[in-house]
Amino acid sequence: MKYQQELKDSIRKALPDLDVVIAWSGGFDPLHATPHFIRREEDIDKLEIGPFSVHNLATYLPGLRGKKVGIVVKGCDSRSVIELLQENLINRDDVTIFGFPCTGVVDQSKIRKALGHTGKVDFCQITSQTVVVGAGGEEHKLRLSKVLADKCFTCQYPNALISDHFVGEKINPSAQSEAGYDDLEAFENMPLAERFAFWQKEMDRCIRCYACRNACPMCVCRDHCLAESRDPHWLSQEDNVRDKWMFQLIHAYHLAGRCTECGECQRACPMDIPLLLLKKKMNKEIKELFQYEAGVDPEATPPLLSFKMEEENIKEREW
Amino acid sequence: MAKVQFIKAADVKPWLAELAKEHRVFAPSYDGEALLFRPFDPAREIVLDRAATMPPKKTVFPQSEQLVDFTYSKDPEDLSRIKIDARETLPSGSTVVFGSRPCDVRGFTMFDRVYLTEKTTDIYYKARRDNTLFITLACASIENTCFCNWVDSDPCDSTGSDVLAIPVSGGYLLETVTDRGGKLLSSKLLVDGESKKEEAEKFCEEVAGALGAARDLSQAPEKLLAVFDNMEFWDEVSAKCLSCGACTYLCPSCYCFNITDETIGMKGKRLRSWDNCMSAQFTMEASGHNPRPTKAHRLKNRVGHKFSYYPAIHGGVTSCCGCGRCIKSCPAGIDIREIVLKAIDFKPAAVEE
Repeated sequence: MKYQQELKDSIRKALPDLDVVIAWSGGFDPLHATPHFIRREEDIDKLEIGPFSVHNLATYLPGLRGKKVGIVVKGCDSRSVIELLQENLINRDDVTIFGFPCTGVVDQSKIRKALGHTGKVDFCQITSQTVVVGAGGEEHKLRLSKVLADKCFTCQYPNALISDHFVGEKINPSAQSEAGYDDLEAFENMPLAERFAFWQKEMDRCIRCYACRNACPMCVCRDHCLAESRDPHWLSQEDNVRDKWMFQLIHAYHLAGRCTECGECQRACPMDIPLLLLKKKMNKEIKELFQYEAGVDPEATPPLLSFKMEEENIKEREW
Repeated sequence: MAKVQFIKAADVKPWLAELAKEHRVFAPSYDGEALLFRPFDPAREIVLDRAATMPPKKTVFPQSEQLVDFTYSKDPEDLSRIKIDARETLPSGSTVVFGSRPCDVRGFTMFDRVYLTEKTTDIYYKARRDNTLFITLACASIENTCFCNWVDSDPCDSTGSDVLAIPVSGGYLLETVTDRGGKLLSSKLLVDGESKKEEAEKFCEEVAGALGAARDLSQAPEKLLAVFDNMEFWDEVSAKCLSCGACTYLCPSCYCFNITDETIGMKGKRLRSWDNCMSAQFTMEASGHNPRPTKAHRLKNRVGHKFSYYPAIHGGVTSCCGCGRCIKSCPAGIDIREIVLKAIDFKPAAVEE
């Protein structure tokens, strides 16, 4: 990544005043990165940014309240930071934000699908157009555009919307249109019975590990989640679609107008359940009703955090 | 000498169809993008060239199972007297799991030391364990996350299996491991496999070599205890942990559960469902005190249990089979190998005089 050295220098300067800086480093194989917590000068060398920097590191911020934390953010991640600030879940003075121009991150499921099974991965070379994966003595060449995350194709915010240090030149969004809800609209056009069957099938393989919940930067009840609560008793621990789906619906409702569509819920799911679809549905409704997009303006008040006697687009007196 | 047979790759499905007449048969096939052990269905493609997303843990240890159903009844003469009629709901029938990996199946031997002891027997576990047969497929494909050879196993390990299938030209060599496994090999689709034995041996040698050198974990039990009270160590290694249960639920050797009652009116059922030590609720006490209040405490338990506390009470056996699913499916990319090695290499800072 072009601005990696610049970013390292910027972190090096700021580190003496911070407890930790959260970034990414190489992961368990050449196709994965992992969140990297920089505490000491020597930790900086391991930092790597690029198309494998998939994790939304804002998830860690509420858990580090009270500490001086630096965080490296993609454009989409910065929206979660803004939303956390809007909700007073983190303190602006305690957070130092490092931004960089993001040209997109991969979707690991798409890579897995495109590559098929390769066994041990030996190396990976990424250019602006291609991903070359070396495995089992063979080279597999993929077009980067085939394996980028869906959210990157409709991304309007490739640069951090809030930052204290921005490395590199800001870039223009590459998204041609606001086609972000095309997949949702296609889904909504399906007959009810088909939509119902779709979710029954998808939710059936949920193992209730709650990686979706814990990876979500806006899921902030943490250790006090209704998923495990006996009182109130919203859910049983049975292995059935009803309870698993109920949890996802409760999660989605609580994210309406708060979700920044970072897609961490779906990325974290070991069962590859398309959870983002539920969140997008809520956001689409919020957009239509309140003309509001979460995590874009730190000064704005999220619609479900406010109350109006008369809503402009909800004519309940006419119902 | 164990009976050795051969099955053509194309005959696998017909063979499973035969077995399915008598047993519930599970085989790996895709559900969405997840490769899972699903009930055998001739219409589904069986995928054997890679390890499944989930081990076949559910076949013996369901995600949630009913232990007891109960009914309350009031004495009509004295309504303050309530009777409870409770009945065990034991599982029945037999199951064959085809295409599991040696690491997947070896995981159940970690369960056995806990659920089937001289002192106590878990009747629910036993009912399924005794009636579930594993036709294990030796591992042809090593991934970056594989480390079964670090934990005393190898890609052709038959521990815990009933039949071991080894890929050879044209199909699979089938080795009888247990007597009950031998009984599965009576199909007319199978032929004598003696001539393929050499090829199978060569396969096992090669694939073991592909794993690379194993790291020596013999010091892990002691070294993990040495850093037990070093919370700075655990805070650092757990910093990126999200405290979810993906690692635990995908683990072939994690066996912890929760018990809850679900009652509607006068009727109810008692459930046992998977639980995980990454959850804050896992150790939450009724008083409100939690002895493992942070994710650092919880991850310490997961690593410590597998590589130190379990071996301490079970003859030195590590409660990890090296399948690497916890690494591969961790949303934060935590690598358990890295933590264990870090503990082994940890040197306390020299105390200044």
